[in-house]
Amino acid sequence: MKRLTRRTILAAAPGALALASPLLSAFPARAAKNYGPGVSDTEIKIGNTCFYTGPASSYGTIGKAMAAYYKMVNDQGGVNGRKINFISYDDAYSPPKTVEQTRRLVEQDHILLDAGPLGTPTNSAIWHYMNQNKVPQLFVSTGASKWNDPKGHPWTIGWQPNYHSEGLIYAAYILKENPAAKIGVLYQNDDFGKDYLRGVTDGISGKQAKIVVAASYETTDPTVDSQIVKMKAAGCDAFVNTAIPKFAAQAIRKAVEIEWKPINVLSSIGNSVAGVLKPAGLENAKGLVSDFYLKDPTDPRWKDDAGYKWWIGFMDKYYPEGDKTDGFNVYGPSNAATVVEVLKQCGDDLSRENVMKQAANLHDFTLPMLLPGIKINTSPTDFAPVEQVQMGRFDGQAWQLFGPVLSSAAA
Amino acid sequence: MSAPHDDAAVLPQPQAAAQPSAITRPNGRQLSIAAVIALAVVLPWITESFVTFQLTQVMIYALAILGLNLLTGFNGQFSLGHSAFYGIGAYTTAILMHSFGVPYFWTLPAAGAVCFVVGFLFGFPALRLQGLYLALATFTLAIAMPQILKFHGLEWLTGGVQGIVVEQPDPPALVPVSADQWLYYFTLLVLLLMFAAAANLIASRTGRAIKAIRYNPVAAAAIGIDTALYRALTFGVSALYTGVAGALGALAAQFVAPDSFTIFLSISLLVGLVIGGVGSIPGCLIGGLFVLFVPNIAESFSRGLAGVIYGVILLLVIFVMPSGAAGFARLAMAQLSRFRRQSRKP
Repeated sequence: MKRLTRRTILAAAPGALALASPLLSAFPARAAKNYGPGVSDTEIKIGNTCFYTGPASSYGTIGKAMAAYYKMVNDQGGVNGRKINFISYDDAYSPPKTVEQTRRLVEQDHILLDAGPLGTPTNSAIWHYMNQNKVPQLFVSTGASKWNDPKGHPWTIGWQPNYHSEGLIYAAYILKENPAAKIGVLYQNDDFGKDYLRGVTDGISGKQAKIVVAASYETTDPTVDSQIVKMKAAGCDAFVNTAIPKFAAQAIRKAVEIEWKPINVLSSIGNSVAGVLKPAGLENAKGLVSDFYLKDPTDPRWKDDAGYKWWIGFMDKYYPEGDKTDGFNVYGPSNAATVVEVLKQCGDDLSRENVMKQAANLHDFTLPMLLPGIKINTSPTDFAPVEQVQMGRFDGQAWQLFGPVLSSAAA
Repeated sequence: MSAPHDDAAVLPQPQAAAQPSAITRPNGRQLSIAAVIALAVVLPWITESFVTFQLTQVMIYALAILGLNLLTGFNGQFSLGHSAFYGIGAYTTAILMHSFGVPYFWTLPAAGAVCFVVGFLFGFPALRLQGLYLALATFTLAIAMPQILKFHGLEWLTGGVQGIVVEQPDPPALVPVSADQWLYYFTLLVLLLMFAAAANLIASRTGRAIKAIRYNPVAAAAIGIDTALYRALTFGVSALYTGVAGALGALAAQFVAPDSFTIFLSISLLVGLVIGGVGSIPGCLIGGLFVLFVPNIAESFSRGLAGVIYGVILLLVIFVMPSGAAGFARLAMAQLSRFRRQSRKP
């Protein structure tokens, strides 16, 4: 409570009660109404930037699915009686445009927070701006590991498992299968590829296993055949394939062609059945291992699952034009639901400070489309909400999940 | 604006009606330029800081479009590669500030110089190419630039995919303005200087040579103009202008990354050029306004159809103003003076 207004005086009685109670005293502001920008008794204004046009516009459906989710929340009465006003602008995957649109959201629309803005370079562009101006940059839709930096950037928090922690999980899996593995890593020569490589490297440090070949590719390369041949020649018996779909498929096919049979780990970037495994040949992909955290909407296993049924109902009612085989349409509402949970936890203290406090105060939160057993946890020192994944093995038809839910923290 | 008639001299298609009144009109023209400058000076005090930021971007785009205009509008060479020059300018500023601690105002001449050299050198091989072939050659520049910036051998300098964070310039201690307002005035100053320089260049002997090459290269060579040199020089100056715009763009966005300088930026500049008016210096401002605001307007109508609406607006504008905003204004002025002359007659 910074200012003494009529509202705060009226709220003083419950506030005093709250202070008296040792249990509640951890959240003394919760009992009082405390509004940040964009909040009123009937509305919470939140912003977002997404790529609706431009080279990466296939991601635009994430923003549309988010908007559909907020509409559903509003139809069900909103959050603690307040409707969510979700303002999403197009930045066309251009960082300067993201800066402009985000400043528009913050300075003109006066949003409370930025919810799930999409993309790594685009979020990097506003990273400092948001932290300088102390505007919550919640659950950014990118897997770079740099968003988990509560000390340096306390106003930015990630969401999905980051590539670095996935790398750790792959290393743990390989170590379990063969403690003395000679590992080959295929990675894209940019920050996301290097995040994976760093994860695997960190995961085996101090262990007997070694990375024998770390081969990079450029997105402009025609093939990755030579990298695969090199790994076989170097005697690698484990392969971590973190390539984007086109190259992931090539690598799978090439390994079979040259009869190289390592422990074969495929990263989540390239584990789409339709986009990678079919082009690589379903037979060739048999035995591959990968990791998952969301339910794959094309997987027949979830046909009778309550979470999947909810999602199909949601899509039918609020986003009927959305593609029901597109994983992005699972991603959008799942991310938005986490934002809604934070707003619920905020109660009537909808200040930006409390938003960050609650975003760092999620405990065992689950979502309909998260894999069973995966829970969202954050703390003031842990700004990585989804940290768990489950491994799956491809049986020639579909991914079969196996083993326990893994956490990168434990890996 | 030292030469009062320079804007009249700039007209690519001199219109018979415009010439006789060129001696009496400059006063009105000067007055309107003064009015626009006065408005520009006052605007940051009557708008929100975000609008000030947008207007700064408009001026930056206008400057970049002017660079393209010098090449295309006055010299008749096509370029789809100006996003690369914009990017080089932005990266020069970012690297100098970030790695070498150079104050922001010194990075502008440096960005201009680097771009001039690159543009001049690129201009030479481009001499062999005309029209569409040159457009294709410059297209490769735009395609290559983001990848060069990501290249791991240069990562220590460019920051790779991560890009570089640029500090926003602080206003001098004695000037009571916000950081956004300061950048606005700084950009305005650079813009005015560079617009005036461009107007003088075009009105000069060199400018006549540049334009002569556009009208008829063979005749220009026949009267003794070194077409190769002038073409390459124009390329260099054009790159310089766009590079300085890029440098200012880096200061405004406070961030540079390879994905900021894709072919889409080149196309935006080309759109701004055509909308503003090919071969018009003030028209570049209209082009800048269009580039920044029309995508936002299109988006406000419909998210899903933003691209379509943008296209429709673009078509409408071209239909109404086939020779750009500048041509439209000229036409309106000519109509107005004809109407006046007619009404004065008994």
